Amino acid sequence: MSPSGAEVLRQIKSRIDEIDPAEVRAALDSDAVVIDVREDEEWAIGHIPGAVHVPKSHLEGRIELTAPDRDQRVILYCASGVRSAWATRTLTEDFGYQRVSSMAGGFKLWKDRDYEVEVPRSMTAEQRDRYSRHLLLPEVGVAGQQRLLDAKVLLLGAGGLGSPAALYLAAAGVGTLGIVDSDVVEVSNLQRQVLHNTERVGEPKVESAKATIAALNPDVDVITHQVRLGPENVMEIISGYDVIVDGLDNFPSRYLVNDASVRLKVPVVSAAILGFDGQLSVFKPYDGPCYRCLFPVPPPAELAPSCGTNGVVGVLPGTMGLLQATEAIKLILGIGEPAIGRLLMYDALAATLTEVKVRRDPNCPVCSRDPEEITDEEMGVFPDYEAFCAGVH
Amino acid sequence: MATIRIPAVLRNAVGGARELTIEGANVGELLNVVTSTYPDTRDQIFGPGGDLNRYVNVYVNDEDVRVLRGLDTAVGEKDTLVILPAMAGGDR
Repeated sequence: MSPSGAEVLRQIKSRIDEIDPAEVRAALDSDAVVIDVREDEEWAIGHIPGAVHVPKSHLEGRIELTAPDRDQRVILYCASGVRSAWATRTLTEDFGYQRVSSMAGGFKLWKDRDYEVEVPRSMTAEQRDRYSRHLLLPEVGVAGQQRLLDAKVLLLGAGGLGSPAALYLAAAGVGTLGIVDSDVVEVSNLQRQVLHNTERVGEPKVESAKATIAALNPDVDVITHQVRLGPENVMEIISGYDVIVDGLDNFPSRYLVNDASVRLKVPVVSAAILGFDGQLSVFKPYDGPCYRCLFPVPPPAELAPSCGTNGVVGVLPGTMGLLQATEAIKLILGIGEPAIGRLLMYDALAATLTEVKVRRDPNCPVCSRDPEEITDEEMGVFPDYEAFCAGVH
Repeated sequence: MATIRIPAVLRNAVGGARELTIEGANVGELLNVVTSTYPDTRDQIFGPGGDLNRYVNVYVNDEDVRVLRGLDTAVGEKDTLVILPAMAGGDR
């Protein structure tokens, strides 16, 4: 006579490794892969923090993508420990995974013990439509789009570089955009600062930016700072952001932002333009060089004309601002190779993009210090970068 | 002999050229040819003591000469020298 379902299950469980939820909880900090094999609607209500969702019906097809190494620690769970037991048997006996375990009692027992539960946020139907072209990309998908929606990017300047960057970051669904700019919109801006328009002349740029972004994508929360960055406000303004997009127009501010962003460990996507030439690099604190590693001292005024005196072709900040937005998105999603340790130089007339290596300066006054050595009192106190830039020659 | 890329801010001083092909076996020689042929560039590239100005970065292909052999870095026909001052942009 054939064994009953219960008997079969008992046999399966005797052949696999079952572990208590307390052991799973302890393993959350390790490099174990925790896989939730329940159905979509069960996962949506709540799951173990850090778990990956692979419904049992897809397990055989997707396990090698999720856990490529047969030796890695894999923990499976379901609602009560039955489905995960079957799945553990499959991975152990059919696939040869060496270190798979099933969580006894399942998610029900986990919750009965009052352990932490993560509830996934889901997108609205309108958002799934709006971002559908992102959702189709394997490098983005639902998880990536959610990361964009959760991300906070600070734009320093809503001018030539900030305009295209803000537009496309908003379009991409970056959930929070901070914008720092003390200027008002002028007619001569409109040759390139496409965030603004003729009706906004005379208005503060941050308000104009907010209005344009609201019309483009209401998902985006715009935080305006109608101020000039200075040592007294820089730490407060940049804290809490995931990435800074630097569209600043003067050297003292660039050095100040570099200093503050290194201390706060916020990466900066930096660009600069003049005429038909643009430069771009990503400064990721302690990972790659900082701005001061690249340019230890600023040039004298006659070697650093502004666009106001020298001119700039309108499309150039468009190109560079878009490249900045691209790098910001890559940093948020953790994809591709951000331009860390590289300076890209775009020559619009020649249509060439060349690059040079940028290395960390072992003696850099800003980033060569161990971050642990910076005291709390020091955090908000900066050298006088105005004097530094003025007095260096 | 090598190719030198001239940054936007120096182009007026070299008669508008974006690239120059110059005779010289190392970085120092090449830059000296540039600054003697176009004297307006001298102060912007070299300091009073004859060293490279700290605010100008010079690269041979993609490496900063400061991590190579500075002005003594050898340069060949296929190499490109890039002179790179910082830009701040802006409207003022």
